Amino acid sequence: MPVSTAPVLELHRAAFGYRGRAVVTDVDLTVHRGEVLAVLGPNGSGKTTLVTGLLGLSEHLSGEVTVLGTPLARLRDRTRVGYVPQRHTLTGGVRATVTEVVTTGLLSGLPWWRPPGRRERAAVDAALEAVGLADRARFDVETLSGGQQRRVLIARALVARPEVLVMDEPTAGVDRASQLVLAGVLHRLGEAGTTMLVVTHELTALRGIVDRIVEVESGHLTFDGTPEGYAVHQGELARAAGRGPGVLSPTADGAVR
Amino acid sequence: MSEMLSLDFMRNALLAALCVGLVAPMVGIFLVQRRLSLVGDGIGHVALAGVAVGVATRGSPVWSALLAATLAAVLIEVLRARGRTSGDMALALMFYGGIAAGVVIINRAEGAQTGNLTGFLFGSITTTTRGELILFAVLSALIAGTVLLLRQRLFAVAGDEEYARASGLPVLALNITLGVLTAITVVVAMRVIGLLLISALMIVPNAAAQQLAGSFRAASWWAVGLGVVASVGGVSASYQLDTAAGGTVVLLAIALFAVATTVGSLRRALARARHRHAERHLHEHGPGCGHEAVSHGDHVDYLHDGHRHAAHEGHYDEHAHGPQPPPEDSGRVGHEVTR
Repeated sequence: MPVSTAPVLELHRAAFGYRGRAVVTDVDLTVHRGEVLAVLGPNGSGKTTLVTGLLGLSEHLSGEVTVLGTPLARLRDRTRVGYVPQRHTLTGGVRATVTEVVTTGLLSGLPWWRPPGRRERAAVDAALEAVGLADRARFDVETLSGGQQRRVLIARALVARPEVLVMDEPTAGVDRASQLVLAGVLHRLGEAGTTMLVVTHELTALRGIVDRIVEVESGHLTFDGTPEGYAVHQGELARAAGRGPGVLSPTADGAVR
Repeated sequence: MSEMLSLDFMRNALLAALCVGLVAPMVGIFLVQRRLSLVGDGIGHVALAGVAVGVATRGSPVWSALLAATLAAVLIEVLRARGRTSGDMALALMFYGGIAAGVVIINRAEGAQTGNLTGFLFGSITTTTRGELILFAVLSALIAGTVLLLRQRLFAVAGDEEYARASGLPVLALNITLGVLTAITVVVAMRVIGLLLISALMIVPNAAAQQLAGSFRAASWWAVGLGVVASVGGVSASYQLDTAAGGTVVLLAIALFAVATTVGSLRRALARARHRHAERHLHEHGPGCGHEAVSHGDHVDYLHDGHRHAAHEGHYDEHAHGPQPPPEDSGRVGHEVTR
């Protein structure tokens, strides 16, 4: 990979929040092409606010944020950043097939008067193939298992061929069998060089995929480094907590399972 | 039947019913999807204020209703987009204010005699004039055209607004478009089934269609079909039975819903009895999964320990042995023998 490649994401003293109130502040972060980041942190720490800020869903309040070489506010082609939300329902109050849901990922890339055509259908088939759902394309999404529904959302994000993929808890609440399949999907994406930001509580499900860890706690970045470095960081925190009172202890289960 | 069709006002009535039956469910499916089934009702309330102003000023109640309903629809979307908790209360104020103003203004303009008011609240399809009919047809064509053009985008926004925004779709513009379509539908349907019952024809055929269809596309068409049957059938029945047209249309729609629910659950029970789940396994079949793929009609089966697995909904089904199993052979017997 050429060294001159511009970073995919560049945040300098960035703050994100809602209705003018900051939730995460002072974020300095540079992500290069092909990196796979796990964003860890307890509930309410601001990790989701941080990543959804990159999608324009939470407000960018201060600092500099450059996405794919463009300042965030001026990023027009949003399909370059794919988003896999943490969702319970995929289609609102109606039935829809896997194909119908995945096709919505292509719409903003088409002129408003153009319905999806043959090329779009081929892209949908390819995205479903990539997440191993090709043979379930015509089924109602509500009849699929939780893990399969997550993969539908990943396919919807992949279908527009984004350069970065932002995922919010892709493995949460998914049974073990599906977690294995999901991990396989993420592994293949990582191998293919997709840049990914994965908000997660379950680092074990992503073992071997993640090559960098960022930890957010009470609205600040508290760690940025390799998985090995993170284990050391955890160990230090645990020792500090064990040694004396008055030191902030990590979450009860050591933050990661 | 021919007697009914020979009457000028009945022909107009049936054509107006056809328009409404076509477009109300087309718009309604997105309201069902957004879980805003009752918003059409609220817009109907505000439309009454518009009607009243039209009646009081001796203008056209249809145009003033269209204006009031459209303004209300846009305001609703703006309030929703601002996401204030007080938005819900603002809607209540607007809806009840609309209907109250409508009643007061009409009574003031027409004295205590309120036949006109009842006509707008519950429909007075047989008084539809030729000019109104043409206007309704044009508005219906406008609604149908817009929905057909934008249906996938409306589907995306109504299904997952947050994702739609992240992917760069113009969410507020699409929501306002849907609001305006709802407002126009309310006005088109006002004569046929009345402002108080409009929402029913937007929602009930869709509720029925959800029982019968497995995809959004199929559900849209089912809803339009059921909507036309309910509206045209209801108006015809009301002529034969000498009942109120609007109420008859809605009752017929509800009867269709009951039939659809029964048919839907029977079909699901039948499908459950006729197919057999494979044993649960952690493995997911796919190209290169290590199991032999066998083409089977329109799909692929995977040979798993000597029996065939085919993807169905969230699980795998056992499919019969042999290249072309007869449909009566559910595979049950064959499977047990080989195990």
